[in-house]
Amino acid sequence: MIPERWLTFAVLVGLLAVALGALVMDRPFTITLATRATILALAAVGLNIALGQGGLVSFGHAAFFGIGGYAMGILAHHAQTFTPLELGPLTITGTKSMPVIWLTAVVASALAALLIGLLALRTSGVYFIMITLAFGQMFFYFAISWSAYGGEDGLSIYVRNDFPGLNTLDPIQFFGLCFTLLCLVLLFAGRLMRSPFGLALNAARQAPERVETVGLDPMRLRLLAFVLSGAVTGLAGALFADLNRFVSPAMFSWQLSGELIVLVILGGVARLIGPVVGAIAFVTLEHVLGDVTEFWLIWLGVALLLVVLFARGGIVGLVARRGHG
Amino acid sequence: MSLLRVENLTASYGASQALFGVDLTVAEGEVVSLMGRNGMGKTTTVKAVCRMIPSAGRLTFDGRDLHPLPSHAAARLGIGLSPEGRRCFRDLTVAENLAAAARPGPWDIARVTALFPRLGERRAQRAASLSGGEQQMLAIGRALTTNPRLLILDEATEGLAPIVRQEIWSAIATLKSETGMAILIIDKALKELSAVADRAVILERGKTVWTGPMAALTPDLTDRYVGV
Repeated sequence: MIPERWLTFAVLVGLLAVALGALVMDRPFTITLATRATILALAAVGLNIALGQGGLVSFGHAAFFGIGGYAMGILAHHAQTFTPLELGPLTITGTKSMPVIWLTAVVASALAALLIGLLALRTSGVYFIMITLAFGQMFFYFAISWSAYGGEDGLSIYVRNDFPGLNTLDPIQFFGLCFTLLCLVLLFAGRLMRSPFGLALNAARQAPERVETVGLDPMRLRLLAFVLSGAVTGLAGALFADLNRFVSPAMFSWQLSGELIVLVILGGVARLIGPVVGAIAFVTLEHVLGDVTEFWLIWLGVALLLVVLFARGGIVGLVARRGHG
Repeated sequence: MSLLRVENLTASYGASQALFGVDLTVAEGEVVSLMGRNGMGKTTTVKAVCRMIPSAGRLTFDGRDLHPLPSHAAARLGIGLSPEGRRCFRDLTVAENLAAAARPGPWDIARVTALFPRLGERRAQRAASLSGGEQQMLAIGRALTTNPRLLILDEATEGLAPIVRQEIWSAIATLKSETGMAILIIDKALKELSAVADRAVILERGKTVWTGPMAALTPDLTDRYVGV
């Protein structure tokens, strides 16, 4: 067993080394795969704040991923078509600036998480799972019927959005951007876990009635965790849409919510680097086994079954002692 | 003026009534012992005070009605509870247990570990791996880091080794002499209670049957109502 801090460092260095190695060997597709893993990891790190720390099994986190994606899609669409975005009395011009798009994605998904959380967090257990799933599906069906932005067919963005000083169309530069954001979010999530808020959230997961007797409101703790979680997942959605230069209702699908849960469980619930390990394992299996058989998800299922049965702490739990990374 | 005032308090668990009229007051700086045999409503009274169960009757803290408040809001007014059965956050370390509940005030982790040096030695240890006595110290320490005006200790020495019990009674005596904190204690150790408590309140079948100074507790009363 190694300290979790070392594993966190090793995984991030490994991910960076894969991308840089692919650059040296001139394999842009591998860089894109590493970018995909990085973005999915970011989304799962977001989910892990709610699921791992707060014990909130959200089956609707694709809603925030999709909101982030559509925030990017809508703003970029209006920028590329030179049409203003009419929001009632407000008229906003589109933008291709990544920082502005990220901020919009984070704020929109945080607001959605606040509204969903206010209702969903009144329930617990299987009802919480169902209500978050229902919200996710509401967004999914809304996106399908939203013909102004492609409806079922989705929306293509012809050129990747801009970041000052970078050529975002260069795969390694876009990877670097996503990787930096992942590291910053991991730093934030690590500090959050160790903060009084993170400890109280963890305590509320273990024993909500005891938390109340020391003056902490479990509902408020969970709501804040859900909002932070949704905001991070929304940011990942915006990056994912930029990676593919395409948004579609599939970003809201319950399958994607399920995949995010799988990433967290596979890597290690409530472990800082767990979702990153889960996302790397997922993308690797998808790529390696996907080349061998179209039924690769069966093998993912087997891996998940083994983890649930024999390694409750996920892959990270097998190799690293618990710590805060 | 009383810090905690309880008058004619009634409470039920579903159809089963547990409290039939509890009267109890605790003034600033006063240590009050809540006594009675098992099942007479001591812990239920504490749960009602901490708003963990619904109740009726008069229930005020520093003049403020506690009834409309949820449990966490009552705690934030300044009621610190060390619950029966310790109930620490098992997956958190000692330091994390104390930090999770901490609110600004004179009681911080350093002061708690000065009161209970064993907790200082086990700062990085998970609560689940502590002995029963250490978990009890942690439960008291956690209540202290909320910087309460009233500390409630529900069966804080029950089932512990004599040496550990002595440490806890010694800490309670220190709290009384050095901080002047109001304390409500539920315990059966009459000798130790006599040394720290100013007054006693005795419950019988969910109702207050006797209130008076500790010194006025006669063997007849304790035999009849407390069973010690």
